[in-house]
Amino acid sequence: MESLDRATRRHRWDTRFAPYAYVAPYFLIFGVFGLFPLLYTIWVSLQHRNLLDAEGASFTGVDNYQQLLADPYFWNAMGNTLSLWLLTTVPQILFALGIAQLLNRKVRTRTLFRMGVILPNVTSVAAVTIIFAQLFGRDFGLINWVLELFGAGHIDWQAGTASSHIAIATMVVWRWTGYHALIFLASMQAIPSSLYEAATLDGARGWQQFWRITVPLLRPQIIFSTIIATTGNMRLLAEPLLFNPGTAAATGGSDRQFQTAALYLYEQGFTNYDFGYSSTIAVVLAITTIIVAGLGYLVTKRIQTD
Amino acid sequence: MRSKTMAIVCAALMAGAVISGCGSESGSGGKTKLTIGLFGNFGYTELLKEYASTHPDIEIQDRTASYSDHHKNLAAHLATNNGAADIEAVDTGYVAQFKATSDKFVDLNTKGGDQLKDRWLPWKWAASLSKEGQQIGYGTDVGGLAICYRRDLLEAAGLPSERTEVAALWPTWPDFMAAGKQFQANAPEGVKWFDGGPTVLNAIVGQAATGYYDQSDRITVGSNPELKQGWDLVADAVNSGLSAKLLYSTPVWNTGFKQGQFATVTCPAWQMAKIKDQAPDTAGKWDVTSVPGGGGNWGGSYLTIPKQGKNVDKAVELAAWLTAPEQQAKVFASAGLLPSTPKLYEDPAVVGLQNPFFNNAPVGKLFTDAAKQLQPQYQGPKAGDVQTAIGNAMQRVEQGKQSGDDSWNQFVGDVQNLSS
Repeated sequence: MESLDRATRRHRWDTRFAPYAYVAPYFLIFGVFGLFPLLYTIWVSLQHRNLLDAEGASFTGVDNYQQLLADPYFWNAMGNTLSLWLLTTVPQILFALGIAQLLNRKVRTRTLFRMGVILPNVTSVAAVTIIFAQLFGRDFGLINWVLELFGAGHIDWQAGTASSHIAIATMVVWRWTGYHALIFLASMQAIPSSLYEAATLDGARGWQQFWRITVPLLRPQIIFSTIIATTGNMRLLAEPLLFNPGTAAATGGSDRQFQTAALYLYEQGFTNYDFGYSSTIAVVLAITTIIVAGLGYLVTKRIQTD
Repeated sequence: MRSKTMAIVCAALMAGAVISGCGSESGSGGKTKLTIGLFGNFGYTELLKEYASTHPDIEIQDRTASYSDHHKNLAAHLATNNGAADIEAVDTGYVAQFKATSDKFVDLNTKGGDQLKDRWLPWKWAASLSKEGQQIGYGTDVGGLAICYRRDLLEAAGLPSERTEVAALWPTWPDFMAAGKQFQANAPEGVKWFDGGPTVLNAIVGQAATGYYDQSDRITVGSNPELKQGWDLVADAVNSGLSAKLLYSTPVWNTGFKQGQFATVTCPAWQMAKIKDQAPDTAGKWDVTSVPGGGGNWGGSYLTIPKQGKNVDKAVELAAWLTAPEQQAKVFASAGLLPSTPKLYEDPAVVGLQNPFFNNAPVGKLFTDAAKQLQPQYQGPKAGDVQTAIGNAMQRVEQGKQSGDDSWNQFVGDVQNLSS
């Protein structure tokens, strides 16, 4: 009797607490690698602190934030970040939709093509950037060579604001479009074909079917892709850093014309060793990213589903 | 169940920590493993083998990264007190910043450095000395300035190509630019006089009595006439089309060597190894002669011992050996890095050295003369960052984004932000 009692008690205890044990690993790892660094970054952002001299840190409250909001370099970097966000996120989603639509047909070697679009995504970002930086080279770059053939002349891609943003956006779009295309493709496969058959009977053409049926039904995936792309593209670091390698890489061009917020954070942290200030940039960048992702969500939510 | 999960997670974290750290301190077979973090080309490959063969208890592993990556990584390792190599090289451009946090490094004066002090040029020793008198590094090489030039391209433009005649073309920097205009008038298609404005400007600044900082660590750029004169001269040369507009230490600059896009380049001694590595096909086309305006320094490095190391004493021993005059002489012979130990400036083996890649130029005599003439220049805490800012400013002129004066004014303003 008593033993049975113990068994039921143990059973009750088990059903009540076991689920927590199952999800514990995630929260433990998130706590160590996600939450703690986040809180610690906020803590450091309230200090005046040299990267190499933790003992010499002093608590300064919101001083760093006031300084940041009055810092022209920061606003320049934020402007570049938003410009690059637009130039990368929008083409990525549109191209990915187009590619997914093409891959959704019954063509031979379909699997090969589907594998092919993900290839750019598995390459190393550093290698991609170094290769693209060569393609965009001023004197011996392939792209200028082609432009020359058409009499368009030489472009110094690194020198201009617009030209450098286009070059960097090209690398990002090249790398990520396939990834989003595969997500869209998976959802397209799940759309019942009866919808398209009915539309065909009603006289809707392929283009109309795409915009009236496919895109609305893909809305959740488009929202997901927009948010994922936003969080990635607001944090561009490797591309602008390696687009202009050399001793001045961290300034993102001779006039900071392609210095992103993440690159400015890197410069403050690892060139000026200003740990407090670079943490402040990190916090503000994180908040901005959440806001921009929210805006992207609101825009993509407006896609008509009915 | 929960404790088991915890154990697994902890084990995973531990494994991660071990992997992300720098592995074990002990080498194979009970040897002490020493790591050495370098950038560019220090010419140590053979020396490390030699040291390991005479010290059977030591195993040495060297890691080489690019100039920027190396110093950024070192800063991160020092900040986290984890992951630095036993010996870390530090360039002149960064030494002032690192000696400001000298407690991260072993004070070599307490490890016998005070006995070795007289090996080095006095200013070389002083440059890595902290305000409190701690020595954070032993000097490896000094820059010493010369001009490397392409004989074939100068001949093609109708200029003399013999060393003494070429040197006679440019006793001063204005003469150098005048010769450039002469060159550019008859230059081969696509060839410019020099590689890029920032490189030449660095050399001119390196010769000034006062650089970016005065002795009391105040930034001088707004009020230093020598800097402004140098700036105006280079900006004018850029506007006259003498520059190939290639920024030093970038891939396009390396391509410029291969493609022969420029006829001259400012050559601190360490540059010779770079040219040889970058453009092996140009062997024999190059030559070296003296720099306008006498001596001057650009670059040079130190070997430091981060305190976090597990084998500090053995690391100090190795660093002292690598920077000893005998080894510096070997490095000069193999890689062309100019010794920072003046004893060698009289050594016939060093002074008589010729470099076959550079048309057997008497680099030994040329660079030791340059080193003897060298007036040391005080380097302030953020000299490296000011150097980056002035390079960016000159690049703006080259890219046609700004006039020389506008860009200069912006640079002076930019640098004020650094000092805050």
